[in-house]
Amino acid sequence: MKLKKRHLGLIFYLIILFLPIYWMLNMSFRTNADIMRSFSLIPTHPTLVNYMKIFTDPSWYSGYINSIIYVTINTVISLTTALPAAYAFSRYQFIGDKHVFFWLLTNRMAPPAVFLLPFFQLYSTFNLIDTHIAVALSHCLFNVPLAVWILEGFMSGVPREIDETAFIDGYSFPRFFIRVFIPLIRAGIGVTAFFCFMFSWVELLLARTLTTTAAKPIAATMTRTVSATGLDWGLLAAAGILTIVPGALVIWFVRNHLAKGFALGRV
Amino acid sequence: MSKWRNNNAWFLVLPVFAIVAFSAIIPLMTVVNYSVQDIFGPGQRFFVGVEWFRDVLLDERLHDALFKQLAFSFMVLLTEIPLGIAIALMMPKKGWTASACLVILALPLLIPWNVIGTIWIIFTRPDIGLFGAIVNNAGIAFDHTASPVDAWITLMLMEIWHWTPLVALLAYAGLRAIPEAYYQAAKIDGASSWAVFRYIQLPKMRGVLTIALLLRFMDSFLIYAEPFVLTGGGPGNTTTFLSIYLVKIAVGQFDLGPAAAFSLIYFLIILLFCWLFYQALQAVGTGDKA
Repeated sequence: MKLKKRHLGLIFYLIILFLPIYWMLNMSFRTNADIMRSFSLIPTHPTLVNYMKIFTDPSWYSGYINSIIYVTINTVISLTTALPAAYAFSRYQFIGDKHVFFWLLTNRMAPPAVFLLPFFQLYSTFNLIDTHIAVALSHCLFNVPLAVWILEGFMSGVPREIDETAFIDGYSFPRFFIRVFIPLIRAGIGVTAFFCFMFSWVELLLARTLTTTAAKPIAATMTRTVSATGLDWGLLAAAGILTIVPGALVIWFVRNHLAKGFALGRV
Repeated sequence: MSKWRNNNAWFLVLPVFAIVAFSAIIPLMTVVNYSVQDIFGPGQRFFVGVEWFRDVLLDERLHDALFKQLAFSFMVLLTEIPLGIAIALMMPKKGWTASACLVILALPLLIPWNVIGTIWIIFTRPDIGLFGAIVNNAGIAFDHTASPVDAWITLMLMEIWHWTPLVALLAYAGLRAIPEAYYQAAKIDGASSWAVFRYIQLPKMRGVLTIALLLRFMDSFLIYAEPFVLTGGGPGNTTTFLSIYLVKIAVGQFDLGPAAAFSLIYFLIILLFCWLFYQALQAVGTGDKA
């Protein structure tokens, strides 16, 4: 395999990209005192004490479980509601279509700090505080519009003749949608699923406001590493490394959809 | 290419509309309500009209924060969008190398934002951080806690490091969604790779690039956790962006009224820019023979 110039550029970029992650990995295998004492490229006294703490302390590992639960609920809700809506926006003209489409996106533009109190009041009214469903629903505020926009972008790229041919061939709408249309936009669905997962996974303010103990997310647990004695860097780094793992698995599972691309011949 | 006219399509949109409206409209009404009142406590509030809006609009520190915010967001956009497209074009199309690239690209996106700021504190420390040590060994004195320029550079680097993968992932998925037939036609016509990019790939990526641009603009304009953790808005006020200033008012001084007025103005500024970007991108698209 010959190495082209563009591959070198890509490899260079990926190495740069990986450096801060490497540093976090490096820190996660060192004790706090060791990190603060000296610079070292590889851990000189590698230790698993940080990871042990996370896997044995329920307040740590339950954070991961809570996050995974509400992120999964959110991704499922976002994708199932956004798919038909995006199809409507890309194929049909109807009353208020352009306004609703743009309005959806405006829900990402609100500065979160001031909206926290109203959000807390809203979810208290429905007795949903400290449940996974509350966090999953509140994250829909920004994930559902995003999913609609991304999916609409991909659906608009599919020629409308495909829909027409399928209907002439006698496909019913649900059958056409699932058998023909969804496989055509698999790259879009892959990237949408990943983005919904990602944005819900890293969101901290809403998740922390709407939970107290039972549904507390990992991002909130991680802020506890700030204690009176300063920051426990090693523990924070280990927790950070572990937050990457579920998302990396998600992108591993959707990678085929992302890379498979578009084949018109299948229809 | 005109769309089919059918008002029944509303039924397909209804679930999305309901779910977003539930979480959006009631809190927004509450904030509008706060913004016209002076609030002392539960049951103790007075209607003050547009006083908070006038105060906020005349606030010099807000003008300063807005100017810095705009400069930051535009510099970030100008770097991330072209870089993201370039990376997407360089990535392998299939096989295990494509999978590996995708996973590495996704890594920075998956770390909670406050943790990213914290990790970069250590990463850029001259004595015990990799980046700081490399830069200092190259003979450049670099300290983001003391020098405003260094603080800006650090924040820009962190932002670009963190978010370029998002643009690259979107652009990559957009490229994969282009039918093979377009490339075959271009090959028959003997099109150069620049022509393929300009007349096939770029127009076909318009949808995903629109969302990438709007998303990056909004999120960089709302950036909070990373600069807050990294520099706390300092040194001085040099990295006090809009959201940091807003939180200082809302939480630090607990002035709900002015904070609500501030966030509504903040919201309208983002809305205005997004609308302008969106209109501009739509106009560019219809001009092309895509």
